[in-house]
Amino acid sequence: MTLEYRSDGVSAISILHHSTLQEPDFYSMEILIYGTVNSIIFALIALGFTLVYGVSRVPNFAHGSIYVLVGFLTWSFVNNSGFPYALAVIFSLVVAAILGFLIYRIVLIRLRGMATSEIIASFAVSLIILEGLRMQGIAGFKGFIGPFYTLKPFIEGKINLLGVFVDYQRLIIIGVGVGMVILLSLFTHHTKTGLSLRAIAQDEQAAMMLGVNSDRMAEIAMSIGSALAGLAAVLILPLGSITAEVGYRVLIYALAVCIIGGLGSWGGAILAAFVIGFAMKISTALFGALWESVVLVGTIILILLFKPSGLLGKQKELEERV
Amino acid sequence: MVAKTRRKKRLERSIKVRCEGLYALSSWSEIAYLMAPRVLLILGLLVIPFYVDMYWQRVLCSAGIYALLALSFDFLAAYVGLVCLGGALFIGIGGYIAGLLNHYFHLSPFVTIPIATIVGAAISTLVLIPCLRLRGIYFAIVSFMLPLFAVYIIIALNVFGGTEGISALDTFPSISLELYLILAAVLAALFAIRRLVNEDMGIILRGVKDNDQAVRASGISITAYKIRAVFMAALLGCFGGAYLGHLYGWLGISLFAMDFSILPIAATVMGGMGSLVGPVLGAFILTPMSEALRGFGQLRVVLYCLILIAFMVYKPEGIMNILQRKYHQFEKWEEV
Repeated sequence: MTLEYRSDGVSAISILHHSTLQEPDFYSMEILIYGTVNSIIFALIALGFTLVYGVSRVPNFAHGSIYVLVGFLTWSFVNNSGFPYALAVIFSLVVAAILGFLIYRIVLIRLRGMATSEIIASFAVSLIILEGLRMQGIAGFKGFIGPFYTLKPFIEGKINLLGVFVDYQRLIIIGVGVGMVILLSLFTHHTKTGLSLRAIAQDEQAAMMLGVNSDRMAEIAMSIGSALAGLAAVLILPLGSITAEVGYRVLIYALAVCIIGGLGSWGGAILAAFVIGFAMKISTALFGALWESVVLVGTIILILLFKPSGLLGKQKELEERV
Repeated sequence: MVAKTRRKKRLERSIKVRCEGLYALSSWSEIAYLMAPRVLLILGLLVIPFYVDMYWQRVLCSAGIYALLALSFDFLAAYVGLVCLGGALFIGIGGYIAGLLNHYFHLSPFVTIPIATIVGAAISTLVLIPCLRLRGIYFAIVSFMLPLFAVYIIIALNVFGGTEGISALDTFPSISLELYLILAAVLAALFAIRRLVNEDMGIILRGVKDNDQAVRASGISITAYKIRAVFMAALLGCFGGAYLGHLYGWLGISLFAMDFSILPIAATVMGGMGSLVGPVLGAFILTPMSEALRGFGQLRVVLYCLILIAFMVYKPEGIMNILQRKYHQFEKWEEV
């Protein structure tokens, strides 16, 4: 049985894999397990974006580029500088957090409140990072682009789960994904910083009157969000290879989950991740891998058109959108 | 903190004040004052092609396409309040219609381009109608995804040449024809839209942007006006797309590429949002610049993003508004 990984590392089941399988029971089991894995991957990708955009209303369109950058940095620390894997991961996450802070501090802080400008500027930052990385030879990143620049899985090997082979990396993703969701919802509901972050999103003026420094909160959100993008990268990138295109896809996935779910609602984000994850998995099984992107973008557009507030959005958000 | 002892004072030039009224045409100097910037722009665009070689004439052609896109972006964003990040959708639809008509029915470019412009704009408008309910960044995000969606559908269905595209379309008979066609289109579109935004319809559109509830309360359907505005913006984009297809004699999914969405935005921000002339000027500065940097590969994308950010952060009003201010006003330092 061969498992072929697509380069984006998100939908990792091959068509080849399907064509060799006959039993329907196995089929549905596989859809169930890999659909869950994919959904958690979506949730993980979107966590950072949801925290930054959904909670503190800074649209960080550089999310995808930070994701790819952390992959590159980890690769570079391991292969060029010879760091141990764990240390390389920690270093790159720290770099991601600092980068998120700097993006806000240098660029976004001057555009605060002008949503369109924030989007265009952060998207420009994203293009700078991704296209800069695509160029060969920049800052010692020689020969980075190509199908073979991959990160090692944390633990090699597969396990037979109810008749379906799942590798350990995916099990780790499920574990960390669920853990992070729980941690973050505890963080935003029960710590002072987390509550301030949500306060900024709900009513910035009132929050500032109560002594919440809105710029400081946005900086914190950007740092944590970028580190989360990095965390998703080091977990998910071992399933595929590191290319600049991944960055654009990740941005779209993150936008999709965040918007479909309804802003600032963790439950909505998780639900959206599962909706997209299973929609894509099932469409791949039924129509083939080519239709996966069509279904993804189609789902986003349809949900935005017919339920603009998202699946679990609130009335206030509806007014802002329509 | 040190108190400032002097500040800059700006005053309107007297000739500008005189030109605003009924007596604008009372002397040659006033007529010249009013006409000079416009004539300079038109003459500049018409004369420059004589002084550059064939390669740069081609670059000017694509600069014209970006200028049309920038114009349509600026019109939608600054006058209707719809931030459309999907300029590539217009280019793609226009280009595909013209190319397919030419490939399957062997129509000449002079027939396909008008058809593609009008039909393409109608199709783009139909696609965007459901999104018009959305506001602000939600419209931006959906319009950003639509070109991607079109690409995925073309790849998945493998229609219209699939990922390969269709080559060997008819091209224009001569370079001067293709050059002056696009320059004439840019100038016509520019002056038409400038006039439009000052008519009654422009006032309603600005009303839709600033306070759509007030416009509705006046008994005017905002959707009808948004649809008309989108159709007009799509006309410009689809013309650009159809022209582009015949310029290179080729159509393919890269007509939906992100370049067509990003560069016009950079040009608009650089030239000055809402000035209409600014985006055109920005496109004619940015496109040759990115062409000159072609040797550096992806560095040019990095470069024009840096320019974009620099303008957004440090000069948010853009080149054109600064120039206009210098033309109409004088500045002097005065003691406080």
